[in-house]
Amino acid sequence: MTRLTYGQINRDLLTTMRPPGRLYYTILALDLAVLAWGIYAWSYQIRTGMGVSGKTHPVGWAMYIATFVFWIGIAHSGTLISAILYLFRVRWRNAIYRTAEAMTVFALMTAGLFPIIHLGRPWLFYWILPYPQRGHLWINFRSPLVWDVFAVATYLTVSALFFFTGLVPDLAVVRDQATGWRRKVYGFLAQGWEGTDRQWRHYGSAYLFLAALATPLVISVHSIVSWDFAVSVVPGWHSTIFGPYFVAGAIHSGLAMVLTILIPLRKIYRLETYLTRDHLENLAKLIILTGLIMAYSYGTEFFIAWYSGNIFERATFIYRAVGDYALAFWIMVVANTIAPLLFIARAIRTSIAWLFGISIVINIGMWAERFVIIVASLAHEYIPFSWGLFQGPTWVELSILAGTAAWFFLWFLLFAKFLPVVSLTEVKELVAPPLKERTIP
Amino acid sequence: MSGRSVEVLGIFAHLDAFTRAIRSVRTSGYRDITAFSPVPRHEVEEALQAGRSPVRFFTLGGGLLGCITGFVLTITTSLHYPLITGGKPIVSIPPFLVIVFELTILFGALGTILGMLLNIQLPRLRLEPGYDPCFSIDRFGLLLRCAQEHAEAVEKILRSAGAEEVRREEDFPD
Repeated sequence: MTRLTYGQINRDLLTTMRPPGRLYYTILALDLAVLAWGIYAWSYQIRTGMGVSGKTHPVGWAMYIATFVFWIGIAHSGTLISAILYLFRVRWRNAIYRTAEAMTVFALMTAGLFPIIHLGRPWLFYWILPYPQRGHLWINFRSPLVWDVFAVATYLTVSALFFFTGLVPDLAVVRDQATGWRRKVYGFLAQGWEGTDRQWRHYGSAYLFLAALATPLVISVHSIVSWDFAVSVVPGWHSTIFGPYFVAGAIHSGLAMVLTILIPLRKIYRLETYLTRDHLENLAKLIILTGLIMAYSYGTEFFIAWYSGNIFERATFIYRAVGDYALAFWIMVVANTIAPLLFIARAIRTSIAWLFGISIVINIGMWAERFVIIVASLAHEYIPFSWGLFQGPTWVELSILAGTAAWFFLWFLLFAKFLPVVSLTEVKELVAPPLKERTIP
Repeated sequence: MSGRSVEVLGIFAHLDAFTRAIRSVRTSGYRDITAFSPVPRHEVEEALQAGRSPVRFFTLGGGLLGCITGFVLTITTSLHYPLITGGKPIVSIPPFLVIVFELTILFGALGTILGMLLNIQLPRLRLEPGYDPCFSIDRFGLLLRCAQEHAEAVEKILRSAGAEEVRREEDFPD
């Protein structure tokens, strides 16, 4: 890649924005159909009541909240790649960060739907926002659900700003190549960017500070999501390990999702020169690390359940492993901790088919983890009188899940056609500048 | 500088020639320089001897404002309607710190964006007359404002530094 010229990079990477073919429209139509079906299912749920989603006492949180946590987690690795690896000056991040950051924004836009879908009267969702109501009653800032709103809203805003800031110089490139109405639209979006020394200087400084702000933010967000559970007194939830455990899990699932998305993307757009096997291999190495952290966390949870001497805690964890949700539990263990270890073999982590397959397995495993944490704990709290099983999944729940996944991919499909999926500017930074002589005065 | 001033633009294909030109015009005493480049390069910044960006003060200001907002919002609204929940104090600082932290980050980020936009004077709908689309591909541009009588001397400096093309204000495309 280092031998490429600036002009070549522009030419290669802008080909992704050419008018799409029939395949694209077919996928788009399918995606919209699934989304429409999901919207119908949600409207049915609103008209009929939450009971159609299989939620009843004692399992009042189930697949919606599990999927909420799942998508928030997916978002995290985008920020890891775009902000944290930027601060560490990791050069291989430049080619993949745009896709990862787009994934962050779209995953948050998807995650944000779930708490609203989970409301019996979703049109009153704004009650959780701080605004002066008629009765002078304000929101309860001691509630973790309010923290969640602040955390997720901040995360979405900062990620969207970071994503858009990174796009501006590339939008200027698109503007300069475009004609007609496209030139007007991209010209408006590029806001008059010219690449002057003054612009680069302040832009570079702002970008660095946004990365520096996004880094503690990303760690806080999943910690706060974990406190939705950890500050309650439900066995299996009430644990100090939850913050780091959730953050590690988030990055684990997110890295897998980056692989799931990058592999077809580089194939369809023939971006193998830019999104190389090394990139995928590096992601696989990171997944080995996060997989080991997950294994350690699962082990610690069981150890503490035993070592604490708390019989309820112990009963919950035995129930997880051998009870009604044992299948989901063992999927979680095998998919999240054992499957990533296969990447230790070089042959596996350099094989595209294996990378893609294992990334899907981890996605499933991480969804199963959230399901196990939420449902298995609620189903089996303290007194046996109040035990009960999750009455789902119902067709409504599954349709809404499919619809929201379609919502995520809809944004991705639009992104892949209307914006450069690989950062032109940051890839140019990697290659040698054009020089007349060997040295720069 | 007396009389009418004029803009001169040099277009360069090579980074080393470009930085040489920047140094030459600076030694000749010209300070009203704009350098266009397709990528940010430290060599250009060094040649221009640019100072540090003040954006960091906007980040700090935004962060402090967010921090204060977080405390004021949580404490005053809790005192305004003192309803004890969960047997906890009305002003419970530890949970409020979560809100304070998030608002610090949020306002810090908004401040950073605001600082950047103010400093680079964007958004703007019109591009600078000297701007050429080749600057977003692979060319470097040096735009310079000087007195009309100096224009020829400047053009000579740019050419001798290795400019591919030199344009005067009247030749700029619309």
